[in-house]
Amino acid sequence: MSETQAQKLGMELLEHIRGIPGGRSIDKCIQCGTCTGSCPTSNLMYFSPRQVLAALRAGMLDQVLKSNTPWFCTSCYSCAVRCPAKIPFTDVMYELKRMAVKQGSYPRRDPASAMVRSFSEVVRRYGRNAEAILVGKYYLRTNPLKILGQVPMVIKLLAKRRMAFFPHKIKGIDGLKKMLAAVGGNHEGKP
Amino acid sequence: MTENLTFAYYPGCSATSTNRAYDVSTRNVAKVLGIGLEELNDWNCCGASAYLSVDEKKAMVFCARNLALAEKEGKDIVAICSGCYVVLRKANQHLAEDPNLAAEINKSLAAGGMSYQNSIKVRHFLDITVHEAGQDAVRDRVTHPLTGLKVAPYYGCMISRPFNEVDDEESPRMMDDLIEWLGATAVLFPLKSKCCGGLMMTTQPPVGQQLTGYILRSAKEAGADCIITACPLCQLNLEAYQDTIGKTLDMDCRIPVLYFTQLMGVAFGLDKSDLALKECITPVETVLSSRGT
Ligand code: SF4
Ligand code: SF4
Repeated sequence: MSETQAQKLGMELLEHIRGIPGGRSIDKCIQCGTCTGSCPTSNLMYFSPRQVLAALRAGMLDQVLKSNTPWFCTSCYSCAVRCPAKIPFTDVMYELKRMAVKQGSYPRRDPASAMVRSFSEVVRRYGRNAEAILVGKYYLRTNPLKILGQVPMVIKLLAKRRMAFFPHKIKGIDGLKKMLAAVGGNHEGKP
Repeated sequence: MTENLTFAYYPGCSATSTNRAYDVSTRNVAKVLGIGLEELNDWNCCGASAYLSVDEKKAMVFCARNLALAEKEGKDIVAICSGCYVVLRKANQHLAEDPNLAAEINKSLAAGGMSYQNSIKVRHFLDITVHEAGQDAVRDRVTHPLTGLKVAPYYGCMISRPFNEVDDEESPRMMDDLIEWLGATAVLFPLKSKCCGGLMMTTQPPVGQQLTGYILRSAKEAGADCIITACPLCQLNLEAYQDTIGKTLDMDCRIPVLYFTQLMGVAFGLDKSDLALKECITPVETVLSSRGT
């Protein structure tokens, strides 16, 4: 992608972020860094929360999307409640995650994006989460060899009756599937 | 307390598997407090933060179906997982504020023969306990005051954030009050509303271990005998990984971690089995032996 193309895409996606509830407020960011200072994982992000907003304005969204940043956000809302400009930054991070999933631009074998994709497949199928299946899907996507490393934890949880092996399908699953098919949405959500 | 307080109870996925003890203890203390909890019929997953990270509209449909089911029963939803609470509560707010969105989501609900008119509220069981049942009702039910027990209330992220509606977003105190009502002492510890890392424990173990480890250490250094939580994911992170965290961070972080509902039940004199205390991974003897007679 040439630089101008990337910039154009960056600007388009920026409009998208402005479209989320409260999204227009990103224009009011004063770059104070309160979000970064409040964030439990900002030290590990390639772009800190404050830098994300600076980068977005500079049309560098594609770089943010390729970075680890969205996937290190735990959705803890610390940034959002402290921002003096009342920017719902947690929701900006959610939108970045959705864009990255849609474009497939998350880092390869990235564990957090693999987790959310696996989770959404499971709940689409059963209407509820099914841990055993989720764990299986997740490790297949990231590192199948690591499944073995999970055995002690699974045994620990099983001993305490804290693991369900069989999924529970809700009665209204057909209705739920129809509803999901009927809704527009950003994309198919089937990465 | 309002008479005949009955809610559509939303256990959420994790309380039906890894965190069954939360569900069991909630139902039993609610009975003692006279709070009616009727499980929402055929509820589905709220979508959690995970679905919101994939597709916003579909995530909204997952929430809306639950809201519509509760509306049909004419009851407000009560969740026990802080994650479910925030996700459902937020969807409810967006639907109320954005008529276009509400119309679109209603169109999709109609495909499954349902509709939602935004007539119900979403609440957390901790809020119901503290603000609806309230101090007098709780104190009245205490048969075994937990005198001398020092408890660290761990709130985590999502119970007071982002809405700042039921408690202070920086320094919540619902559980602090509750602990005092049970005859125990709430310790102050600085990390009480810092994030435990959530799913990072699985996706980025070193990060999750550090975030959770510091919370455990902060509580221990404050002199706590145990920690209580109001969220299944926090509980699992804080409780199940103590050995690993202890080794990686080279610190002693063993401490019992209970749900606030279990602690309440102990003070109410409920049976161990009514609180599923056997399912705790950490030993809870300290907590039990503190209860007066
Ligand atoms: S806290 Fe708000 S205003 Fe300050 S840098 Fe972050 S987003 Fe911008
Ligand atoms: S919501 Fe995300 S970006 Fe904001 S403080 Fe929490 S982890 Fe950081």
